[in-house]
Amino acid sequence: MHTKTILEGCNFGRRKTLGLLAALVASYIGNVSTAWGGVKPLRVGLTPAFVHDEYGMLEEWRRYLEAKLKRQVEFVMRDSYRETMDLLRLDKLDFAWICDYPFVHLKDQVRLLAVPLNQGRPFYRSYLIVRANDNARKGMRDLKGAVFAYADPYSNTGYLSPRYQVRQLGEDPAHFFRKTFFTWSHRKAIEAVATGLAQGAAVDSYVWDTLSRLRPDITGKTRIIDKSAEYGFPPFVAHHAVAEEDYRAMQGALLGMRDELIGRRLLDFLNIDGFVVGDKRMYDDVAKMMHAFGEY
Amino acid sequence: MGVFDLSLRHKIPLWGSMLIVASALAISTALMFRAYDDLRQDLFISTESLSHTLATTLFPLLLHDDLWRAFEIVQAPFHAELKKAPFEAESIFVVNDAMQILVASDPLRLPTLSDLGSIDPEYRHLAAELRKTPLTTTHAFDFPDARHYYIATPIAEAGRQIGILVISHDQAAFLQRFLDLTVRSTLIGLLVVAVILPINWYWGRRMAEPLVDLARGMDALMQGKPALLLAAENYPYRDELGQLFAVYREAAAALNEKALLEQEVLSYERLAAVGRLAAGIAHEVNNPLGGMLMALDNLKQRGPLEPTTVKTIALMERGLQQVAETIGALLVEAHVPIRPLTGHDFDDVHTLIGPQADKKQVALDWQVEPPEKIDLPAGLVRQILINLLLNAVQAADAGGRVGMVASWTDKALMLTVANTGAPLPETVRKHLFEPFIAGREGGHGLGLWVTYQTVTQLGGQIVADWLEGETRFVVTLPLENSTA
Repeated sequence: MHTKTILEGCNFGRRKTLGLLAALVASYIGNVSTAWGGVKPLRVGLTPAFVHDEYGMLEEWRRYLEAKLKRQVEFVMRDSYRETMDLLRLDKLDFAWICDYPFVHLKDQVRLLAVPLNQGRPFYRSYLIVRANDNARKGMRDLKGAVFAYADPYSNTGYLSPRYQVRQLGEDPAHFFRKTFFTWSHRKAIEAVATGLAQGAAVDSYVWDTLSRLRPDITGKTRIIDKSAEYGFPPFVAHHAVAEEDYRAMQGALLGMRDELIGRRLLDFLNIDGFVVGDKRMYDDVAKMMHAFGEY
Repeated sequence: MGVFDLSLRHKIPLWGSMLIVASALAISTALMFRAYDDLRQDLFISTESLSHTLATTLFPLLLHDDLWRAFEIVQAPFHAELKKAPFEAESIFVVNDAMQILVASDPLRLPTLSDLGSIDPEYRHLAAELRKTPLTTTHAFDFPDARHYYIATPIAEAGRQIGILVISHDQAAFLQRFLDLTVRSTLIGLLVVAVILPINWYWGRRMAEPLVDLARGMDALMQGKPALLLAAENYPYRDELGQLFAVYREAAAALNEKALLEQEVLSYERLAAVGRLAAGIAHEVNNPLGGMLMALDNLKQRGPLEPTTVKTIALMERGLQQVAETIGALLVEAHVPIRPLTGHDFDDVHTLIGPQADKKQVALDWQVEPPEKIDLPAGLVRQILINLLLNAVQAADAGGRVGMVASWTDKALMLTVANTGAPLPETVRKHLFEPFIAGREGGHGLGLWVTYQTVTQLGGQIVADWLEGETRFVVTLPLENSTA
């Protein structure tokens, strides 16, 4: 199942818009046909930590949640963290799977719902990568003056963490690199290094690891020269306005996935091992880094 | 012998083949030049249209410094599904006014922010050209010694230029493509030539064959031995060649006629010689003949003789008389009195032929109504009869039969001599009464000719036919002077 998964990191590709439409149409049709039509649907934002070419499986997950919650569920997909964050701020979403950096940003609007397990633990890292045949560069210091690819301005592992590392070296991240650009997804950041457009990039370890199994031809052109400290994995959050019983129901549905065959199949497809309740403190390091940049 | 002296049989197909090959070469070369131009034109036109699309798309991205999306755009033409595009660019890149690379489809070779001129000498040349040439629209650079074509398009809107898009095409790939095209069309050309050449060869030989035959015929004609031309016989057309053949046929016929005439003259010459010889012999024979006739006359005067002796003397007299007449005929100057035909003449002939027939064991069937006296020269009629009967006896097989019927009216005498021998061969029958045509082994062919001449001299006719297993000669002699 892993082999079919195509992850995009904490972001949606633009080309997923069509799939989004398909999902919306599907949910609309579901709207009409389901028994729990009268109640307000739960809207789930998937900025997120992954994405897929297989919209069929996403649709299956949505139906699974509907069946569990006995309520209509809508998946709302957006291209960037920013858009999903805006939707949360505008109370357009009940739940969302967002990156840890936006979570800290939005800490007043949302509460932690569940944290996915990555290789058995609710953590991930930032990988610093260069081209596979670039043997000269052994760490962030060696990337001074390079062309560097960031994933998304609201990505921890793809933006906040590498800038923090630069800062740790006593350099100003705004001038440390010769040029930086955003690829708007971790996978594309990996591709930017693989093709040689960027000499270095910082990417989500979960995305790199998964991609190395699915497309070793791409990750094979890159080399990890540094791994950051562990950060809390991008969490599922609930809007503060969500009623307690809805919160509990959704949390129960997610946590219970790994206890069911179909749930495990969906987790497998998402390339995670399950969900745990998590703790807000897991994200303190992000807050610390943000603080260093005067953002917190 | 030079090429130009070759037989038409080889020359026509050879020239035809050379013409065909030359035409094929000329057309192919012209088409190839054309194809090269078209291909180049296509390359520039398709690249120009791609350039415009890319430049328009790239403008806002470069304006917002969105390097990744700009990269996706310049890479788009290289996606797998577009690989089969007729002209695949080698690389696509954007430089700024300082000739620094902003983004390239192949960033490993053309890294972002590197100086275009620092990549290699060819790019240095290109950078210099781009600096020199103010671009307002798409411009193709094809400078000498370059291994690529470069098509540059300004990325500009409303007069603001933020970069130059360059699409490079590998000239080697272009030439390879042209070469593929050339090889393909050459193969087609060769195929066409391979089909046309044998047709030309066949047509050329067909054309040359009658001419060659005619030349051979003319050669034979010159040597006076006109040949039968097969090609001419099988050439039904009325074109120049047909007319030539007609003229040849006429010439050959005239030549044949002349040859025949010469042969005839030759045989007349021969006969004239025989005649002169005969006249000489006749002179020699004539004198003793006169003596012998005189001696017989004296014997008769001398007194009573035995009847057998009288008969013998009469026979000898008539025989010698015939000899005298024959000789007389040969000797124009000798005026031998001509004796009319009587029954005795038939008896004499019978007596003369009898022993010949007996010798060959041939039955002689003699049906003659003995006439009183017929007003025909006895000597000539006897000669006709003897000739025909001797022939008949010769022709009849042993145990066969020779028939002789003589009858007359007051208008004509009719003599029929038949034999049961094998019929005359067709070739002999055609020329039966011509001199030196021998109907049998050992004959000189003069007998029937002399007979014919004699019959004709007497105003009569002689015909031969084959009826009821018999070869029959019928002589009809008119009795013009028998009115008395």
